[in-house]
Amino acid sequence: MNPWPFVIAAYSVTFVVGASVLAASWISMRRAERRLEDLKRR
Amino acid sequence: MFHALANPNRFLKLARPATAICLWAGLALIAFGCWAGLTQTPPDYLQGETVRIMYIHVPSAWLGMAGWSSLAIASFSYLVWRHPLAAVAARAIAMPGALFTALCLITGSIWGRPTWGTWWQWDGRLTSMLLLFFVYLAYMALARADRERGGDARIPALFGIAGTVLLPIIHYSVIWWNTLHQGPSITLSGSSIAESILWPLWFTLAGFTLFFAAIVLMRMRAELATQKAEARMRRLTHA
Repeated sequence: MNPWPFVIAAYSVTFVVGASVLAASWISMRRAERRLEDLKRR
Repeated sequence: MFHALANPNRFLKLARPATAICLWAGLALIAFGCWAGLTQTPPDYLQGETVRIMYIHVPSAWLGMAGWSSLAIASFSYLVWRHPLAAVAARAIAMPGALFTALCLITGSIWGRPTWGTWWQWDGRLTSMLLLFFVYLAYMALARADRERGGDARIPALFGIAGTVLLPIIHYSVIWWNTLHQGPSITLSGSSIAESILWPLWFTLAGFTLFFAAIVLMRMRAELATQKAEARMRRLTHA
């Protein structure tokens, strides 16, 4: 059995999930902090 | 120091630079560790090339369990000292903790197919890790319901502490039961893995831990900003 498709699949899943959680957390943080800044300026 | 950090404003002053430092240092260590693990180490004499899955599987397992330990410590701090940030920290840890537990299960399953000849086996280690994933989901649902009903976060905190009962079960499952999963390879007294294969693991372990910390800090900052914005909106409405 060729092991490389399994290795590539494991790394791909990890990077896709890692990048998704990073993007989601970054966007929600920036959105919340920008909303707070806008409210402070009012 | 721990009590001083419980002040949200003081925490935010440190969290802003710490987020960027953890994120970039974590990504650099992950990149180096994965490159080294994929290209600079020899294949295992028994498992061959599939051993390279270890460099992402072990950090995922570590973060699934360390995540719950951190969540329990934050829950305990909230119950004992009523630190305002402790409940925020516990909620922020839950989602990345659940995701890394899921990654541990998925990468373990992918590793199991060429090594054991099966994607899944209901043995002690795999089943207890799956239970931890469900416990994370239950915590997230409980914390959300508690918040929506205006609760004081005590029930999720108690659940966070109660869930720690799973951690020794996961750790000792490979010793207590005759499982398909291998026994502990890395212990405090040493490692049964050859150093020529093991060394990139320290980089990915440190890298994923810093990456996890960056995600938790981002989620804490998001929740603190949301809480402040909601308080300001209430003041503006009453004014």
